[in-house]
Amino acid sequence: MIFSEWVSIGYLISASLFILGLKKLGHPRTAPAGNQLGAMGMLVAVLTTVADMHLEGGAQWTLIISGILVGSAIGYIMAVKVEMTGMPELVALFNGFGGAASALVALSESWKYIENEELLLPSGLELEVLMVAAGLSALVGWMTLTGSILAMFKLKGGIEIFGKWFRTPTWGPSWLNYVKVSLTFAVLALIYLSISDPRDQEILFAIILISSVLGIIIVLPIGGADMPVVVSLLNSFSGIAAAFTGFIIGNSVLIVAGSLVGASGLILTFIMCKAMNRTLPDVLFKSFGGAEKETLTRTKVGSDAEEVAMMVDGAQKVIIVPGYGMAVSQCQHQVKEFADLLEERFQTEVKYAIHPVAGRMPGHMNVLLAEANVPYDQLIEMEEINPEFPECDMAVVIGANDTCNPAARSGEGPLAGMPIIDADKARTVVIIKRSLSVGYAGVDNDLFYEDKTMMLFGDGKKMMNELNSAIKDL
Amino acid sequence: MTPELLIGSITLFVLSIFLGFELITKVPAMLHTPLMSGANAISGISVVGALIGANVAYDGGETLVSGLLAFLAIVLAMINVIGGFAVTNRMLNMIAGKNKRKED
Repeated sequence: MIFSEWVSIGYLISASLFILGLKKLGHPRTAPAGNQLGAMGMLVAVLTTVADMHLEGGAQWTLIISGILVGSAIGYIMAVKVEMTGMPELVALFNGFGGAASALVALSESWKYIENEELLLPSGLELEVLMVAAGLSALVGWMTLTGSILAMFKLKGGIEIFGKWFRTPTWGPSWLNYVKVSLTFAVLALIYLSISDPRDQEILFAIILISSVLGIIIVLPIGGADMPVVVSLLNSFSGIAAAFTGFIIGNSVLIVAGSLVGASGLILTFIMCKAMNRTLPDVLFKSFGGAEKETLTRTKVGSDAEEVAMMVDGAQKVIIVPGYGMAVSQCQHQVKEFADLLEERFQTEVKYAIHPVAGRMPGHMNVLLAEANVPYDQLIEMEEINPEFPECDMAVVIGANDTCNPAARSGEGPLAGMPIIDADKARTVVIIKRSLSVGYAGVDNDLFYEDKTMMLFGDGKKMMNELNSAIKDL
Repeated sequence: MTPELLIGSITLFVLSIFLGFELITKVPAMLHTPLMSGANAISGISVVGALIGANVAYDGGETLVSGLLAFLAIVLAMINVIGGFAVTNRMLNMIAGKNKRKED
């Protein structure tokens, strides 16, 4: 077993690279290096594993290489092809795959004993560790898979089946919480039973089935602005699943990397909850933002680009409030051009107000605006920018709705308690939006109907182009 | 898993969780999405477990169900790993590109 020491050292290097990578990912300047260190850590871990197999009695090369190649090709193509708007969904989907992979390893370990009766089961503590770790890995892993897939469709807003579009439902009466707790205990009981009967297939399938159902009913009641929190939580889960899998096969790098991701994912989840003035139990157990969509009873006359351009002329301070609509229409470059025009022609001070959950994921707006070369110091977070609105001549809301809906201050309805961008406190408000329709949370927005509000109805990119050329024509 | 190994593993587990909490206490909002995506790619570490599982299950040249399950796990984990790092890299390149221009 001379090679096993080398394996431990290889895994130690890999784990260190993961730690350094995660650390560096937290700072803007070192983040790209951090990502590369993480990737290197993964490479070291895989190479160490494969080298060990080869030296310890032969690796199944065809199997290993084909598995790695197929997975890598699919993952790479998906990552390169995705539009920046589809990114949150993709992260959710990848996350589900990670959870499923851990659960499948656990299943494979248990199945060995089911399909080969002669294979001697471990006994005592060893058996207990195996069954408990395999059971927990299955619980968390399958839950992550089904939860992530549902979260992905919720982020998309619906699912297309045979050309027909179905909205993803949001449903969660309060009694469902008792079901969640009961099902969790049911799985724990089944895990306990599996220790005394490790070769029982029915217990195994029951664990998988109940865990999958749990994933769905945990995500089903959560809607609206809370979805990023859920994706982040599921990310944490997939790490924990990997750590449990590490316990099954007694592998240090799985335990370290898995629990690192589990802990950092949880911290990120708390950061997001805090930004939304909510607590994690509230997000998980109180259905939010998924109530019936309000039907619109009011109308508002739209303005045109020339009118807005004249209003912009002479504005000293303009704050741009981007939202998911900017991501959908990919108009970040036009937005940047708009800001440049204002600065050049009217010496206007331009800032961007970034709501913590604008778009569908924290930092979504930052990534898009960074793509358009907007200087980082112009992107101001919500708490800092809100006091500046009363002295701001114009707030330009681009495809945002819920994040600047004054209804959130009222303390009633699905948006109650969510902190918002105070765009309504600006002297004039321009809103670029395709229609008056309600946002993700399904609440009508009073801001649209105020006298000082000008609505530019249309696709973000088209309207920004019109606005920019109107300013140039002034 | 011997009791010593189990205790060692639990120690690793608990310490890594504390380390994970400390690592990312202060992260600018702009990096939340890349961080989530990068951490997510690291959770694809279960590929190591899948590789070991597949290798053991196929030992003896027989195609076993447990081997197929582990093979599927390799594929899914690799999608998570490569896709995750690639998409994180794409996001970060945009941010880095902007930073470079600012320094000029």
